[in-house]
Amino acid sequence: MSRIGIDVGGTNTDAVMLDGAAVLGAVKTPTTEDVTGGIQAALQALLAEPDVSATGIEAVMIGTTHFVNAVVQRRDLNRAAALRICLPSGASLRPMVDWPEDLAVCADGGAYLVEGGHEYDGRPLALLDEKAIAAAGQRMRADGVDAVAVTSVFSPITAEHEERAAEILRGEHPDLRVTLSSRLGRIGLLERENVTLLNASLADLAARTVSSFERALAESGIAAPLYITQNDGTVAAVDIARREPVFSFASGPTNSMRGAAFLSGIDDAMVLDIGGTTSDIGCLVAGFPREANNVVEIGGVRTLFHMPDLLSISLGGGTILDPSTLAVGPRSVGHHLMEEALVFGGETLTLTDVAVAAGRADIGDRNLVCNLSAATVRDVMGWVERHLSEAVDRMKTSAVGEPLLVVGGGAILTPETIAGISEILLVPNHGVANAVGAAMAQVSGEVDHVFRDMERDELLRRAEEMARARAVAAGADAETLKVVDVEDLPLAYLPGNAVRARVRVVGDIANVAEGGDDGDPTP
Amino acid sequence: VYPRKLTIDDIEALALGAWILGTGGGGAPYHRLLNMRELYRDGHEVTLIDPISLADDALVAVLSNMGAPLVGQERLADPAFATKPVRTMECYLGRTFDAVMSLEIGGGNGVHPLMVAAVTGYPVVDADTMGRAYPEAQMTSVAIAGLQCFPLTLADIRDNEVIITRAESWKWMERISRKACTEVGSIAATCKAPRTGREVKDHGILYTTTKAIDLGRAVMVARDRHDDPVDAIINSADGVRLFDGKVVDVARRATEGFLRGQAAIEGIGADAGSRFTVHFQNEFSVGYRGDAPVVMTPDLICVVDSASGDGIGTDVIRYGQRVSVLALPSPPVFLTPQGLENVGPRAFGFDLEFRSIFPAGPS
Repeated sequence: MSRIGIDVGGTNTDAVMLDGAAVLGAVKTPTTEDVTGGIQAALQALLAEPDVSATGIEAVMIGTTHFVNAVVQRRDLNRAAALRICLPSGASLRPMVDWPEDLAVCADGGAYLVEGGHEYDGRPLALLDEKAIAAAGQRMRADGVDAVAVTSVFSPITAEHEERAAEILRGEHPDLRVTLSSRLGRIGLLERENVTLLNASLADLAARTVSSFERALAESGIAAPLYITQNDGTVAAVDIARREPVFSFASGPTNSMRGAAFLSGIDDAMVLDIGGTTSDIGCLVAGFPREANNVVEIGGVRTLFHMPDLLSISLGGGTILDPSTLAVGPRSVGHHLMEEALVFGGETLTLTDVAVAAGRADIGDRNLVCNLSAATVRDVMGWVERHLSEAVDRMKTSAVGEPLLVVGGGAILTPETIAGISEILLVPNHGVANAVGAAMAQVSGEVDHVFRDMERDELLRRAEEMARARAVAAGADAETLKVVDVEDLPLAYLPGNAVRARVRVVGDIANVAEGGDDGDPTP
Repeated sequence: VYPRKLTIDDIEALALGAWILGTGGGGAPYHRLLNMRELYRDGHEVTLIDPISLADDALVAVLSNMGAPLVGQERLADPAFATKPVRTMECYLGRTFDAVMSLEIGGGNGVHPLMVAAVTGYPVVDADTMGRAYPEAQMTSVAIAGLQCFPLTLADIRDNEVIITRAESWKWMERISRKACTEVGSIAATCKAPRTGREVKDHGILYTTTKAIDLGRAVMVARDRHDDPVDAIINSADGVRLFDGKVVDVARRATEGFLRGQAAIEGIGADAGSRFTVHFQNEFSVGYRGDAPVVMTPDLICVVDSASGDGIGTDVIRYGQRVSVLALPSPPVFLTPQGLENVGPRAFGFDLEFRSIFPAGPS
């Protein structure tokens, strides 16, 4: 039984086939404007590899940077209305108040503030104004806005008002795609609303992209179920990915970190992913990326939700040096490295050229950089070492020496030693770590529920059962499920000793019938 | 030069400076800054006046937002809400105010009265009663001076208002107003006991709004020039740099309405090989180098991001952050015996004799 992992990046589409721990084949093809075509080409190239067979494929996992790129580049966004259930509080700061103007213009589908929401202890802040919500739904339909972000005060404590609002809105505007903030974010109304609005404004693109993934698979003759990879290193069934594209925002770096763990066999380590323009540094804990616990800006928008804790610095294989001052970056030749770098006959001095001159790698024509003086090479490589070391150290949380796993196309820039790092490992097959990370992604099940009148042990056991059932329904193998997160929060003032419990379990994808069932993984 | 029309750039600098002077508490000023940007866009303006120019019988509103910063994260901030207790107080007293001022310059409350000023047109007095942030009513210059603690008005975001007409002491005022605040959702807008111009001149901590603006601006200029923003803070506020390092451990617990805990910082650069621990109770209260207490309240203990110079709150300080620990001099009023009784280390549960890190006393 094998699995295919595909990473659809801005420049390349990578595909790998894994069987257990063995990489049976790996290919790199250019990403195309028409996503379907690019994936088909990658699959065709993969299936042409000698050890790869089209039969016995258990699942296909796709990771994509499409959604986050759409936000960063302000393209392919649909208008989304904001319904905020907050009055009498929050009236002076309208939704999107702190968004960059150019992004707000693309996505703003009108703002509606209505009475309702809750207190921190679960009591109501105000009665829910159902009439105003109905009127807002009618107005959205009249305006031709068919996506909405619903955010209620303290909805991470109780989502009651958001859920009721969704019912009312759908009654007035049956085609409306509704995103509830309680599904996505944490406490911090503006940041949670921002995530919810970003999600709603990606509704069209998510539907289109996921459909083109499905088409690419069908046209390649692969009948295995399709999964989309998420920020946390797990996968979602396609219908969930369609609804919640923001959970795929960081799947690129997450997959590369997970892939690095898998390919090296090391589950606890720092990971350095050196690309063409930037380097990302993250931290693996038990094989999963450590989660960020503060505000993460996406395309200039402040957000607070499940995202890996990453530090990005402007340093990559394509980073440009000023030939006279030797100032480094932050500009990069990006994916034009093969045309523009000196070692490839181009005219731009890049960090790759200096690394070749330093003897770190044998790529391109070394003679084309022989006029760089030894002192220059030493100074620049010293600069690179200092910056990477500092960035790695910044992300470390203990003084204990930890291993550092290096992946990415710019890995030749890796210093030989870094303070506080026990060993530096260049991961085998590191160029396709992303796709490997996608292929090995697991299935999760999460429950976030308010329990009443139960002892703590019992309610946690009940919550775990529910989470396990959801994971199995989403395609997980029940035997492999592990609890990865437990949180319980007593809600004072609510009747009946209410406790909000959150449990998340993760497991491997269950083997489906021989030869690949054309299954919808969620019953 | 007073009276001075504040620009929105002044207010951006004020928010930055106030967050540093918050010594980890007071809540981030971000929502209030967003409101000020909106108000300025709509043509509102705020005038800052010299406390010394106040007539002796002028009436000044002392304003703050009270409660849990976490609740503020969901309820946001609103100028109309901030103004409610001011109007209630005016009705109760039967006269209008001449100006408004901050209860505390540290954190979000450093910007709070500017929202009221923009809406009402009242000028803002360049002063506060803490010179920083502290959690309780008796921890102010006016409480230490023994001034009258009542009346106080408190407003909920709904149509609930409370007037506390009398309280026996500042501690009683703290207890009663805290109870009312908790009942309306652990957040309330308040107008503290009004002060006369004479009282502000004699017992306010003067020129702290300008101090916070200057501090914020120094950091902004340093960032633009790629200078060290931490040095800029030290130069602007006569502080000392105590430690540079990386946060390696944070322990927090919520007890009796306070956020208590400690953060351990491992040295880098000149401090490599040593460890610094800052203890907090809402604000940073005591700092230990190794096992020795080297800095304590009422000296201001500021923990800032080493790269940006931004203040770091006790609720958000976390593993891996590169931080610098600084001490800034305390306002003189807190160094008196009564001052130390109200805000010295023992007031925060540390059995330590106060010793200032500034040996010559306040500069």
